[in-house]
Amino acid sequence: MGATTPISSFGAGARDSLPFILVAGPFGLLFGVLGTEAGLNVAEVLGFSLAVFAGAAQFTALQLLQENTPTVIVLISALAVNLRVAMYSAALTPYLGGAPLWQRAIAAYFIVDQSAALSTVKFETEPQMPLAHRVAYFFGTSALIAPLWYAMSWLGAVAGSRLPLDSGLDFALPIAFLAMIGPALRTPAHRVAALVAAGTALAAAGLPFNLGLIVAGLAGMMAGAQAELWFERRKAAAG
Amino acid sequence: MIDRTELWIVIIGLALGSFALRFFFIGFVGGRALPEWLLRHLRYASVAIIPALVAPLVLWPAATEGTPDPARLAAAAVTLTLGVLTKNVVLSILGGAVVLALGLMLGA
Repeated sequence: MGATTPISSFGAGARDSLPFILVAGPFGLLFGVLGTEAGLNVAEVLGFSLAVFAGAAQFTALQLLQENTPTVIVLISALAVNLRVAMYSAALTPYLGGAPLWQRAIAAYFIVDQSAALSTVKFETEPQMPLAHRVAYFFGTSALIAPLWYAMSWLGAVAGSRLPLDSGLDFALPIAFLAMIGPALRTPAHRVAALVAAGTALAAAGLPFNLGLIVAGLAGMMAGAQAELWFERRKAAAG
Repeated sequence: MIDRTELWIVIIGLALGSFALRFFFIGFVGGRALPEWLLRHLRYASVAIIPALVAPLVLWPAATEGTPDPARLAAAAVTLTLGVLTKNVVLSILGGAVVLALGLMLGA
């Protein structure tokens, strides 16, 4: 039968996270390599990954720092990319909200795509799971992935400083981001948001301080929200 | 070269900001509901910001001084298409990397 102690729930979380090794490993490595290419030393790369622990936001900040973007715009853009962790936090609250504050504070740090996705599915399918088991499962989903993220960032930084400057490496970041966009375009509204944001970014590229990115991001969010309402109304009308 | 002070301001700012985003609901809001319009906009944040960041990098790469480059355009198209069709991030990256390497080899 299923998990009977918090320790076995922790183990179940770690086991369920195994496929994500294939995502977190290469991404961590890539961040280390690109960080080094951008002139960060090993300690700075590792500090980045330990303190922020959010792949897409780290890549965004790294890109904008290289473009001499004002610090405020770097922070706003990278945090906007990371807004989805607030959604995950909201999604986990009904299941983990009863845990002691110190546990919730530590759990908050570990809220990323994979821990939130695995945990919400698990908690939805096993509503009888006791709170202590849920907390253990949640931490289990990060038990392998978080150390892997740090280790691979470090390895990428160490290896990156020894790699020859490859002519195609500048494009590793756009490819990594494009690969993340594809699976995220789940609904028509998501596709509208992405298209409007990309189009606005190109049209607004001339704005100073990389403000075009913020304008485009807001335009995309509004377009996505309106598209969602529109598709819902159409579905309701079609009955 | 990235300025050291700016780098550490960004690292510490992002660390605190990301933690605040992650802690906000689970720590403060608890079971209380948020306004639906806010949630509806938050849903599209990452799917808007990331394309907005990438589109100019794809069309006007810094490595070619802003001139559109066939190898990079092809790699971007293949990566995005693979991502949409397979929903597999690793496969999409590998596909895009292979096309980029081939394209740069042919173009050189």
